[in-house]
Amino acid sequence: MAEVVGIGAAPRRKEDFRFVTGRGNYVADIVRPGMAFGAFLRSVHAHAEIGAVDTAAAAAMPGVRAVFTGADMAADGVGGLPVGWGIVGRDGLPMKEPPHPALAVGKVRYVGDAVAFVVADTLEAARAAAEAIVVDYRPLPAVVDMAAALTPGSPLVFDDVPGNLCCDWELGDAIAVDKAFAKAAHVARLKLVNNRLIGNPMEPRAAIGEYNAGTGQYTLWTTSQFPHVVRLLMGEFVLHIPQHRLRVVAPDVGGGFGVKQFHYAEEAVVTWAAGKLACPVKWVCERSEGFISDAHGRDHVTEAALALDAEGRFLGMKVETLANMGGYLSTFGPNIPTNLYAPLLSGVYTTPAIHCSVKVVFTNTVPVDAYRGAGRPEATFVVERLVDVAAIEMGIDKAEIRRRNMIPAEAYPYQTPVLVEYDSGNPRACLDRVVELADVAGFPARREASAKAGKYRGLGFSTYVEACGLAPSRLAGQLGARGGLYESATVRVHPTGQVTVLIGTHNHGQGHETTFAQIVSDKLGVPFDQVDIVFGDTDKVQFGMGTYGSRSLVVGGAALSKASDKVILKARKIAAHLLEAAEQDVVFENGKASVAGTDRAKTFAEIAGAAYVPHNYPLETLEPGLEEQAYYDPVNFTYPGGAHVAEVEIDPETGVVTLAAYTAVDDVGTVINPMIVEGQIHGGIIQGVGQALFEHGVYDPDSGQLLSGSFMDYCMPRADDLPKMTTTTQSTQCAHTPMGVKGCGECGTIGSPAAVINAVVDALAPLGVKHVDMPASPGRIWHLMRNAGLAQAAE
Amino acid sequence: MRDFAYHKPATIEAAAGLLATIEDARVLAGGMTLLPTMKQRLAAPEALVDLAALPLSGIAEADGVVTIGATARHADVAASPILARVLPGVAALAGGIGDPQVRHRGTIGGSVANNDPAADYPAALLALGAEVVTDRRAIVADDFFVGLFETALAPGEIVTAIRFPAVRRAAYAKFRSPASRYALAGVFVAALPAGVRVAVTGAGPSVFRLPAMEAALDKSFTPEAARAVAIDPAGLNSDIHADAAYRAHLVGVMAGRAVAAAIAFS
Repeated sequence: MAEVVGIGAAPRRKEDFRFVTGRGNYVADIVRPGMAFGAFLRSVHAHAEIGAVDTAAAAAMPGVRAVFTGADMAADGVGGLPVGWGIVGRDGLPMKEPPHPALAVGKVRYVGDAVAFVVADTLEAARAAAEAIVVDYRPLPAVVDMAAALTPGSPLVFDDVPGNLCCDWELGDAIAVDKAFAKAAHVARLKLVNNRLIGNPMEPRAAIGEYNAGTGQYTLWTTSQFPHVVRLLMGEFVLHIPQHRLRVVAPDVGGGFGVKQFHYAEEAVVTWAAGKLACPVKWVCERSEGFISDAHGRDHVTEAALALDAEGRFLGMKVETLANMGGYLSTFGPNIPTNLYAPLLSGVYTTPAIHCSVKVVFTNTVPVDAYRGAGRPEATFVVERLVDVAAIEMGIDKAEIRRRNMIPAEAYPYQTPVLVEYDSGNPRACLDRVVELADVAGFPARREASAKAGKYRGLGFSTYVEACGLAPSRLAGQLGARGGLYESATVRVHPTGQVTVLIGTHNHGQGHETTFAQIVSDKLGVPFDQVDIVFGDTDKVQFGMGTYGSRSLVVGGAALSKASDKVILKARKIAAHLLEAAEQDVVFENGKASVAGTDRAKTFAEIAGAAYVPHNYPLETLEPGLEEQAYYDPVNFTYPGGAHVAEVEIDPETGVVTLAAYTAVDDVGTVINPMIVEGQIHGGIIQGVGQALFEHGVYDPDSGQLLSGSFMDYCMPRADDLPKMTTTTQSTQCAHTPMGVKGCGECGTIGSPAAVINAVVDALAPLGVKHVDMPASPGRIWHLMRNAGLAQAAE
Repeated sequence: MRDFAYHKPATIEAAAGLLATIEDARVLAGGMTLLPTMKQRLAAPEALVDLAALPLSGIAEADGVVTIGATARHADVAASPILARVLPGVAALAGGIGDPQVRHRGTIGGSVANNDPAADYPAALLALGAEVVTDRRAIVADDFFVGLFETALAPGEIVTAIRFPAVRRAAYAKFRSPASRYALAGVFVAALPAGVRVAVTGAGPSVFRLPAMEAALDKSFTPEAARAVAIDPAGLNSDIHADAAYRAHLVGVMAGRAVAAAIAFS
């Protein structure tokens, strides 16, 4: 589009041309000269001592260049994978942080733990050799259930972590909560499970390591959401490669959802092996391998209680959660069920006292870390399920109990009892709008129609608030972050007026190449197709913390906005010189600098030309060139929120839950591109529906084998599982981000599980069902219905 | 996937010869199960003998017998005008196998010879009393499906066709696993001149008949009669999607739906 496309427009996504025409460039597409192929041997045991590892036969196989074990890496001084966030327990002691070697040393701690790495001329040769490695495993009893892991006498994942307890963490005022419960007219209680999820981005992970013996330079191509952070973590802590000698490239990446925002062992192993063998080494994860090596998400067990007065006003909330870390701490693992969870338990409500304790537990399972929403869907599920239980038990309408307890619009900024201060919002407006859009008034008629067809129908509400736009570095540091959480952008104006943006976020499906171009096009008045966004290469982009936590537009977009403003400032100075006017008389708008009140003007391209061909230029006071950089560190989180309504129909014969309708009203702040926001909300809702109805990472409690280790058993949501959704935004402006944006990447995932499960429980309420665990699979629903029927028959 | 030799013989004799002479050769008849297991390195045959070039894909009807060639693809069976006329239950079953990609690659012979416990076709063959025709003999369905992934086929024996009786009052209903979409419980009901036959797939280690339900449907061929039969969960499969009790329940529900569909066809 050879024209300005500004904020609020919905152009087609720039990046889609290369994707839909097969011209994307993913790690698996990259071929390097002399490249060898790697394959990992992974543990088949959930817990075992590693005795002798006999690699002789494997090493002797045709085409095999090397076989490496954990002992080889340890002998070479390779460090363990670092944790990016440390938490402190209620006893004031730091969390237990056992070593996490890239290849297992001494013990394997989950099925999939990498034991050895083979490099060969071909992938097939590497795989065949990996199968020929003989490992003398001495199997140990495994523990996958958190309550069992905490029980005295349980197998220990780490011998020096008693009771498998990584950290006993808390937030909030326990005394105030006890007082609230003491004066409550009613207490609603609930035990619930936040099911383990496996992210399954469409593109599996992949990595290529390369070493240039001439320059001493290492390069890693990897499927990462944050290449600069991988450079920092891997270079500094694992491989001890100085930052200026390590380049990390994350090219096109096919979906992340959090799964790709960690520093993984495989990245370090291929880079190290490339150095040892002086040849590029490529590893591409297979789907089945991904199930047992990509970090998993969620996996909480929670007991929660809500104290209410006689009118249904919330007095206090008490939450006790067990959070699974798996067999090692993943990069952000301990932060997710603590700092990203407990501060959200206030939701959109005025609950005056909240206390949350979280036991963070090791088990013999794949490490657990952030997955889209990361802590906030878990918190929302707890709050919104509790609210429904309270409404039912007290006989209060479910929308009314929410309205009665919502933070009024005029009360913002609102300080919650759990750390965070919401800057803006109007939850009541979102709820009122969703009630109207979802035709809640017409629900009884629809329920009757379903009943006539022999089906149960239910309607469920969910409201939510999330903290995103990660994050104010100072606050994050106080909470245990070991890095900053700002973002950076460079706006490079070329001599002819086109613009290249170099930004530290990473686009892997979010549409940044479009949204960010709109911001620049809007601000500088440069045609949309003359702005390109570059990301994902540490040799090109100055620095960046990457993309996760709905931060890219909020933090990266703010840096871009700031850098664009700096360009305008300089452009005005140049224009003032060219126009022989005072700088304060020059206004910049619509891609032109003009002298106020006259028709004298210079186009942006003319100004750029003058900056790079400075013949007529104020060289005494101004540097040539037109390129500006900005770093932005947010002053607060942003707090998107909203209200969702799900409607389900249940077939009593089979237990199948059909999502009949879904309506979402979200407050995401300023909308840059409504089409992209709608897509983000849709995708988020679908992933939340996946958690509510379909997805479940299941381990065998005895063997520790992953029973849902392929798409044959792990149920992803499909297009035909979903209704046409109604989504809209009802936004208030963020008070502290430059453009008023709040972020939208996780909204749907956070709001939807509670809405869907509340609808399922509503549908089955006539049978006496009070709670349904996720996923609400047909088998689970049928058993609930049958047990309810048996219970009713017994009465 | 490990390396293997690939053969595409033009005649059944040549195919049989290859299977007889190459140790560990496997028949490729669509490959919808074999190829994924080879990709996962769970199977590594020396050679594949692809039946795709053999003239075995026809569908014909004569004297009340429907013959479907072994290499007829599920999509061909689903779209066959002959079957729509004389055996609509089998056409509908084929139209519900897997997804469009699978239906355009997978074959009836491949499905039958593989005898996956959750495959759809075995239920049709057993309920309809079909015959499996091979390059050596004809085997009745009751003798053909022996157990989990096990059939009466001898090593190297090639399925060439399936012979069904032409019966309009016959239909299939299945409950799909939410994840794999294979049958958690699939029931084929056929009202044959000699009596009703009911076969169940997906619920047990291999396809099996339900004599009690056959007797009940002989008395009254109605969905209600099917639903009224208590199904014993003993011996049924149990996994993370469905335990035996739920599967037993689903067998009753699917039987009722199959009877309703069969009545609609007839």
